[in-house]
Amino acid sequence: MERLLNVLTVFSVVLLILVLRSVRKAHIRAEYSVSWLGAALTLLALSRMEGFLGRLGQFLGVANPPLALAFITGGIFLIVFYRHSVVLSELKDANISLAQRVAILEFHLRTLHEEQKAKSGA
Amino acid sequence: MSGNMPPGSLLVIVPAYNEQASIARVVREIREVLPEVPVVVIDDCSADATAWEAQAAGARVLSLPHHLGLGGAVQAGYKLAYELGYEYVVRVDGDGQHDPRDIPRLLEALRESGCEMAIGSRFLDGDEGHTSFARQVGVRLFRLLLRPILGREVRDPTSGFVAVNRAALQVFSKSFPLEYPEIEALVVLQRRAFRFVEAPCRMRPRMGGRSSITALKSFYYPLHVLLGVFVNILKFEHRRWRR
Repeated sequence: MERLLNVLTVFSVVLLILVLRSVRKAHIRAEYSVSWLGAALTLLALSRMEGFLGRLGQFLGVANPPLALAFITGGIFLIVFYRHSVVLSELKDANISLAQRVAILEFHLRTLHEEQKAKSGA
Repeated sequence: MSGNMPPGSLLVIVPAYNEQASIARVVREIREVLPEVPVVVIDDCSADATAWEAQAAGARVLSLPHHLGLGGAVQAGYKLAYELGYEYVVRVDGDGQHDPRDIPRLLEALRESGCEMAIGSRFLDGDEGHTSFARQVGVRLFRLLLRPILGREVRDPTSGFVAVNRAALQVFSKSFPLEYPEIEALVVLQRRAFRFVEAPCRMRPRMGGRSSITALKSFYYPLHVLLGVFVNILKFEHRRWRR
């Protein structure tokens, strides 16, 4: 258990550094880094509180603490993935609307241009 | 084309993706049947000469900046038609499977029935022998599924040969399914107490190009449609509950 928690601590710190580095380099927008930072900090805290993890495992009905840890870690990442699915869906909808609007505006512009051309030719 | 269209104005929209082999013939056939009616080809960012061929055949082209899929392309056409003030829109597929000679019959069914949508149905005569076995199974499955939802039978729920009036156009320009839209569109309309009518039509083999529903996608298609149908039902019920 001790080794597993140490590995989780290292993993959380690496995740934290990776996310902060990505935000600094503008690879991830600050608002979308919040869920990752939250997940990394929660895992870091859990990895340093063995007693609390045991009590949480008992509360969840999981006798084996490593299994409880895997369960909680999985739950945290599921929440992060869900949030990102919501964001992705919103972005896709916005992207489709924008693409349609651009195409329609271009259509109107071309029509105006053709009408002007016809008028000047007449 | 201006924003104030006279009553009864009609626009034909043709969604097309990599249909350079067939699009010119489709446009010419539509113009032969309806010479006064404008035809707009919605080019879904084709990699071939679809847009050029369509324009050369006498159509106006609405060029999407990137590939949106069938639903996104059709909705773009509906949005354009709604903005321009058209009263009726007929959708004809760019692969040549729909026979434009059936457009007047489809429109007549729409106008005379007072419904919001008319569907060109290849199965109204009861003969289903001219479609593949897989398609027959799919069509029967969707018929069974849709009967309790729509409160009536729809003979050809997968047909993309449809005519809509301005009321349906208003709904579709705001809410239209993105992938495999035909069946979900029926549910979208039904949830708003809109009605549809079916009119007999002929279906021909593709004139060229490839179908968007590949062998792999044919397994995914029914699952996606089933999910879409239930999502639309839930969406509408949720909105009604919140009112």
